[in-house]
Amino acid sequence: MSTAPNKPTAAKQPQGFVYLPLIAGWLFPGAGHFLLRKWGRGALLAISIIGMFALGLAMQGKLYTSTQDILDMLCVAGDLGSGLLYFVSRMLSLGGDPVQTTVAEYGTKFIVVAGLLNVIAAVDAHNLRTGRKT
Amino acid sequence: MFRPSHFAAVVLFALFASTVFGITMRDNTRAMIRYGAYCFILFVGSAIVLSWVMFLIAR
Repeated sequence: MSTAPNKPTAAKQPQGFVYLPLIAGWLFPGAGHFLLRKWGRGALLAISIIGMFALGLAMQGKLYTSTQDILDMLCVAGDLGSGLLYFVSRMLSLGGDPVQTTVAEYGTKFIVVAGLLNVIAAVDAHNLRTGRKT
Repeated sequence: MFRPSHFAAVVLFALFASTVFGITMRDNTRAMIRYGAYCFILFVGSAIVLSWVMFLIAR
């Protein structure tokens, strides 16, 4: 029994600037998925990440601005993951400083984790763009 | 100022994190929902178990 020879399939090459969804997704949560017309996924990611960031601010969480030690540096890196949300919040002087209540400590962690989740979402958009994920 | 209880904070955290994990770690909708629910249960369940462990240690 003979089998049909495998036809060489033309690999789908991504067109344009492949890092655009990654950068857009970092700057604004869900934007990378919106660019790729993944409306549902993008909306859910935006709601989750912006919601988490906003709740963190509402709990008087701290936005890290300076790097006094290594742990602060890691928290700044996490906060920077939120992209424009972080920069706009800094400009508007949102967030509590210093952290004085337990709830504010939770808020600080919400803000940091929102940034880290946004990085994961932006990388996911990049993987969709390059075809590594469907 | 928003002041959720500790448990409400855990549930909110688990909800948002599980949503992102589900969407980013799986390829199709059904698998995303299943994985998101799995992560949510693990987040909340582990918080409850650890809370009881700490309660019993502190007694």
